[in-house]
Amino acid sequence: MKATQTSGLSPALQKRSIASQARRSWKKHWQFYLLVLPPVLYFIIFKYIPMFGAIIAFKDYNVVQGVMGSPWAGFKYFEMFFSNPQAWTLIKNTFLLSLYGVLVSFPLPILLALALNEVRVRAFKRTVQMVTYAPYFISTVVLVSMMMLLLAPRLGIFNNLLNVFGVESINFLGESELFRSIFVWSDAWQNTGYAAVIYLAALAGINPALYEAAKVDGASRIQKILYIDLPGILPAASIILILSVGSLMAIGFEKVYLLQNPMNLETSEVLATYVYKIGLLNANFSFATAVGLFNSVVNLILLIAVNIIARRVTGNSLW
Amino acid sequence: MVSREGRNVKDVSTKIKDSAGDRLFVIFIYVGLSLITLSILYPLIYIVSSSLSSPLAVTSGRVWLWPVDVTLDGYKAVLGSSKVIMGYANSLFYTVFGTIIAVTLTVLLAYPLSRKSFFGRTFLMFFILFTMLFSGGLIPEYLVVQNLGMVDTRWALLIPKAIAVWQVIIARTFFQTSIPEELVEASEMDGCSDLRFLWSVVIPLAKPIIAVLVLMYAIMQWNSYFDALIYLKSEALYPLQLVLRNILILNTDASSLMSASEMMERQQLAELMKYSLIVVASLPVLIIYPFVQKYFMQGMLIGSVKG
Repeated sequence: MKATQTSGLSPALQKRSIASQARRSWKKHWQFYLLVLPPVLYFIIFKYIPMFGAIIAFKDYNVVQGVMGSPWAGFKYFEMFFSNPQAWTLIKNTFLLSLYGVLVSFPLPILLALALNEVRVRAFKRTVQMVTYAPYFISTVVLVSMMMLLLAPRLGIFNNLLNVFGVESINFLGESELFRSIFVWSDAWQNTGYAAVIYLAALAGINPALYEAAKVDGASRIQKILYIDLPGILPAASIILILSVGSLMAIGFEKVYLLQNPMNLETSEVLATYVYKIGLLNANFSFATAVGLFNSVVNLILLIAVNIIARRVTGNSLW
Repeated sequence: MVSREGRNVKDVSTKIKDSAGDRLFVIFIYVGLSLITLSILYPLIYIVSSSLSSPLAVTSGRVWLWPVDVTLDGYKAVLGSSKVIMGYANSLFYTVFGTIIAVTLTVLLAYPLSRKSFFGRTFLMFFILFTMLFSGGLIPEYLVVQNLGMVDTRWALLIPKAIAVWQVIIARTFFQTSIPEELVEASEMDGCSDLRFLWSVVIPLAKPIIAVLVLMYAIMQWNSYFDALIYLKSEALYPLQLVLRNILILNTDASSLMSASEMMERQQLAELMKYSLIVVASLPVLIIYPFVQKYFMQGMLIGSVKG
């Protein structure tokens, strides 16, 4: 909009018109500028200052000298991290857990929404939605506690069930090979219903004339889903896919940390939990910040890459 | 609206007979959805049933679906524990004040962002969205909170996570789509100031979105534990979720919550208490859920109209 308004003008004039726009806006909306001040300060203090504070990854941070005064250390802490054989295990764990998570939690809400969209019995549809939506409201701590109770080796209901079928009890949370699956599928249990709502909204927005036309042409239900529903939700789906890939490396710390135990550490230790332990528990601030910064940068690169790919392939992107 | 129209048209069109393949497909969908619903419901029912069963029935694995030998002992023990009560009170405090702060800040930011004549909105939007894409990380954030002297105070749970970007987007979208331009113009003609307009026109019109924001932030606050874990040291400030974690996940002996008179069946009661504790901690959310589900859907839908 702004571009079309000013496109006929020379650069100098454009600049002046932007300045006069700003002046006019300030005169008219000075109260708005006062209103946004507290939230803007919030973002500066709690989001942008920490971004700047991340330079301690390149410094030998100590409390006395503070962020600015501490001596520079160059890439010492990055080298320290990458020369540690554990680094690759951490990266691999983070990446695999996230990738597995996206592969499961991206398609499931779409399938649920498509299925719900075919249901004509309203009471049934409402019940299914209400039940699948509910686990979203359970806190992470409660969810993990539930899992520990249900999956417990001696008294857990899952093992009781296995015993009934003559299978030996399994210490689910103590097996490192099972950790990823337990994490990802419990996430699916908790979030699929909630995530499906966006797709249901997109499906509700599809022009009904398309269904009519398809019906007249003798399309089967599956064909309608393939040729009307799926293209209809593609924009929403690509945005959500971009966002979830963009946070591939930002795997939810909270749940991983709660589910961790010494027996599954081999697969459950991810970058975020490592940063917490090294940084806050061992007070190794600079080193932990270097690891965290590496994580954030990889995230950002992934997000940009996926955004470009999505724009080329589907024409939808975040920016 | 659209969905209702869509449904009517589809209802008409189903009068053309479904083919055998279609009918099979529909049956498949109903069966599939039923199985999914049951698999989500079962763990929830099992937890509630266990919390109501006798300690012996729980530890001997006799509870499968419904409560066995119904007793409220677990609840009595949980509610008699001062740690749990204190956690509850703290969580209530954080939820009420955290929500007030968060909703206020979100509206203050989202409304100006929704006005086209507000110069700098594109930049401001990017300024906010960027924090979703990149962050300084845990340690620098911790250092900021520490330097502000908030560590081990209640402020640490109220301020550093006050605004969620996603909620700002939802609120902005709502303001953009539901405050008619004519109202703005009319009020400008009458010489109404921006502040006055926000207070006496926008806020009353924005009740649905404010309800959605209140719910989302309140649930977030009630359920969060991580900030408490890193910022709080004094147990007296612990929110319920952190108390829960210490008892349930770190397996601090739950019997430490019990009074001496309950020494009998101590082990079993400790096991039972875990189930009761889960229910008690989720109770506020469980109770309001049926009433607020509709609003949550609204919020998601509003937010997804335009990203």
